[in-house]
Amino acid sequence: MTATAEGTNAGGATAPVVEMVGLRKSFGDREVLKGIDLTVTPGEVVCIIGPSGSGKSTLLRCVNQLEEATGGTVTVLGTEITDPDVDIDAVRQRVGMVFQQFNLFTHQTVLENCTVAQRKVLRRSKAEAEEVAMRNLAHVGLADRAPAHPSHLSGGQQQRVAIARALSMDPQLMLFDEPTSALDPELVGDVLSVMRALAERGMTMLVVTHEMAFAREVADRVVFMDDGQIVEQGAPAQVIGAPQHERTQAFLERVLDPTHQHPGTA
Amino acid sequence: MSVPASAPAARPVQGRARMSPRRRARISRGIQYALLVVALLALALAMDWDRIGENIFNVDAAKALLPKLPGAFLNTITYTLSAFAVGLSLGTVLALMRLSSVAPYRWIATAYIEFFRGIPALLVVFSFGYAVPIALGVRIDSLTLKVALALGMVAAAYIAETIRAGIQAVPPGQVEAARSLGMSHGRTLVTVVIPQAFRIVLPPMTNEIVLLTKDTSLVFALGLMSTQLDLTRVGRDALNSASGGGLTGLFVVGLCYLAITIPLGLFARWLERRTGKGARS
Repeated sequence: MTATAEGTNAGGATAPVVEMVGLRKSFGDREVLKGIDLTVTPGEVVCIIGPSGSGKSTLLRCVNQLEEATGGTVTVLGTEITDPDVDIDAVRQRVGMVFQQFNLFTHQTVLENCTVAQRKVLRRSKAEAEEVAMRNLAHVGLADRAPAHPSHLSGGQQQRVAIARALSMDPQLMLFDEPTSALDPELVGDVLSVMRALAERGMTMLVVTHEMAFAREVADRVVFMDDGQIVEQGAPAQVIGAPQHERTQAFLERVLDPTHQHPGTA
Repeated sequence: MSVPASAPAARPVQGRARMSPRRRARISRGIQYALLVVALLALALAMDWDRIGENIFNVDAAKALLPKLPGAFLNTITYTLSAFAVGLSLGTVLALMRLSSVAPYRWIATAYIEFFRGIPALLVVFSFGYAVPIALGVRIDSLTLKVALALGMVAAAYIAETIRAGIQAVPPGQVEAARSLGMSHGRTLVTVVIPQAFRIVLPPMTNEIVLLTKDTSLVFALGLMSTQLDLTRVGRDALNSASGGGLTGLFVVGLCYLAITIPLGLFARWLERRTGKGARS
């Protein structure tokens, strides 16, 4: 595990990609994020783990403001997005997001899914957008499905298209919100290997996941969250292999219980 | 899922006399068919066929109507389409108002929809025929425009609700995906939400046009000149004419309405299949 991969990102190699300071988020009376401090540096792959309801997904959604923070600051790619006057669309163009439920546009083909934002947001020509889209579809192994409709693809294929769609915007940061949780077990591997390849190419990634094997092998850092707070973070071997906190230990025991063990986690 | 072959045998069969459900269903179906045949026979025998032929299927009376039909047919279609154009544009605006984050827009749209949905269309048509020109001093010369405004304003109330429901039926994940790619709110609406809502809205919208087609029969309430014919008017005139034929005129006109509404339904179904091709969510 390298501490920081050699980032391919141009400029500001030392400036953090994401910097959260005292981030708070409430839904009504319920506070789901209780003061989060988290920094992601260029090229880093950070996996967030923790029990459901711990605020992992909310944390991730605060990075591209699908959820608006109720306190603290979030700075993404040098822009403080918690500033009320920020042009959030400009930041989102550079931050790719992959959802648990894929969320491919159901009325468009695979190729259109990957070109629509390039054309409407980045104003690329049709030819250029299609070239970029086909290159990214090839990366995820689905170039031959370009004319298909999403409903004709398996869940794993849809999720890989969703990754290609996000990559087609040439993002500097990728957010993954439980990308394999909605997949049949035999389809998980394809999506994870696409993500692994992406990490190896130096992409900065923030991943909410339950795949402990993936976190252990691919992450530079693992963050364990519980009850809206970061309980423990560090190298995967440390957090997953030798957790210090009682809550982390209890969680990992449940997740890594031999009867539910994922092949490769042993 | 492999059920052990021995599982059904675990429960003992309870006597042979009991009919199997399949056999019972077959007998029940047989009885229903028999009833149908008896009812149809009774109806056929009870009918006075000469009288029906004279008063409903009177070929001579139908022929007498023939010259008037194409014009009336065209007028009915023109009224329908122009009223739908008004209803669709106004309805879209009202739907967007109902979904607005500015509360007064929502109130206005809701009030409009409740008002026009709750009153008979005939009242609105009457208003445009008699009250509006006098009360507001606005003279609308074109009959088509009067019909379009009167029926369009009523249809807009229904169409607005249909469109609003369609927009709200688009899964929120679709919007989030679009926003996460950097699309603005408006761009998301145009590129993702409206095309998907269109597909959802198509079947109820077909209903709206069919209803509107029939509602054009209310134009009589605008006070028509004898040259201004729509299908219903032709039927009514035939009823009053001395040439006889009884119900034949109304029957023929009814067929003409079906000649509009049935192809409309087929067209909508075709469009649904085409736009929905492989695009089920």
